[in-house]
Amino acid sequence: MAIKVEHEVHGRRKNRNYGVLMLLIGFVGIVFGLTVVKVLQLGDARQFETFDHVARPQIVPEEGTE
Amino acid sequence: MSDISAQDSNYEANMGDYFALLKPRVMSLVVFTALVGLLVAPLPVHPFIGFVSILCIAVGAGASGALNMWWDADIDQLMKRTATRPIPSGRVEPGEALGIGLALSGFAVILLALATNFLAAFLLAFTIFFYAVVYSMFLKRATPQNIVIGGAAGAFPPMIGWAVATGGISIESILMFALIFMWTPPHFWALALFVKSDYGNAGVPMLTETHGRDATRRHVLIYTILLVPVALGLGITSIGGPIYMAVAVVMNAWFLKGAFDIYRRDDAACEADKHKVEIGVFKVSLYYLFAHFCALLLEAALRQYGLGGW
Repeated sequence: MAIKVEHEVHGRRKNRNYGVLMLLIGFVGIVFGLTVVKVLQLGDARQFETFDHVARPQIVPEEGTE
Repeated sequence: MSDISAQDSNYEANMGDYFALLKPRVMSLVVFTALVGLLVAPLPVHPFIGFVSILCIAVGAGASGALNMWWDADIDQLMKRTATRPIPSGRVEPGEALGIGLALSGFAVILLALATNFLAAFLLAFTIFFYAVVYSMFLKRATPQNIVIGGAAGAFPPMIGWAVATGGISIESILMFALIFMWTPPHFWALALFVKSDYGNAGVPMLTETHGRDATRRHVLIYTILLVPVALGLGITSIGGPIYMAVAVVMNAWFLKGAFDIYRRDDAACEADKHKVEIGVFKVSLYYLFAHFCALLLEAALRQYGLGGW
């Protein structure tokens, strides 16, 4: 037997459910957009890698190489 | 849903009902003044960060509106103007409004802090606290000066916009705050003079009812006089300029004349011409604020081309 979900509450709440969906998509879009803008504003590409707050000795330029 | 509700028990609140909790009309003024505060600031803001900031300020203002409706549901149902709001009409449960108000406040403040800076987020949090707690819970039912002090909540948005761009507070943002703060009482009392209110039924003290209409007329004039130096003072700061000053002089003269006309009238004159002067002054007060902020925007736009400003 095919699974069918047809309760009248789904019809009544359709508007609300779509509204919540749109809000969640909007929120994800905002967080993603902010991330892109903030990272690009760092300017120096090397900072992209250091942005994870973890010490990464391999990306620190050795003395005398720059 | 409780059995005394006006709605049938099968009613499901839709998104429009929840949106109405956020007081969209108040939000539009908040968005406009916050946007001007952000755009006239001397430091540019990335358009997307600017958009998110304005959205946060609007949502924060909306959240405080939802908290206000939650707290005031008991008196809202007693007044004709507010009886159709989502909670008194039974479309939204009080608990839902409280939850939405608190959740949106938290989201708006934290997102603004992450997107811009902590000062802007703090100012937004303080605005929400001021409107929902200081104004709604304490001032509104306690003193006829509620609208004077409570007006501060509506005056913060341009200051927040400025803080988003500059990360600070300066004389310009303080004067933009003061302009709206001083403008609110005469604007509101001009309205109170011609709208038949039922605040008395709800036990909310309004100046027209506690001190009478003559006292209210006197207050309109006094507050309008106090407003003038603030409006003109803003014109000599870095965001002012000749265009702003010209607009300010004309609009202040217009508003002052209206306030003086109101002051000279009595109830008989008001009844005779159906509050024509009061309605006129109320409209002027709307143009007044809009014109001042548009002039600031124009000065900022011209400054990019080496024009505008002093």
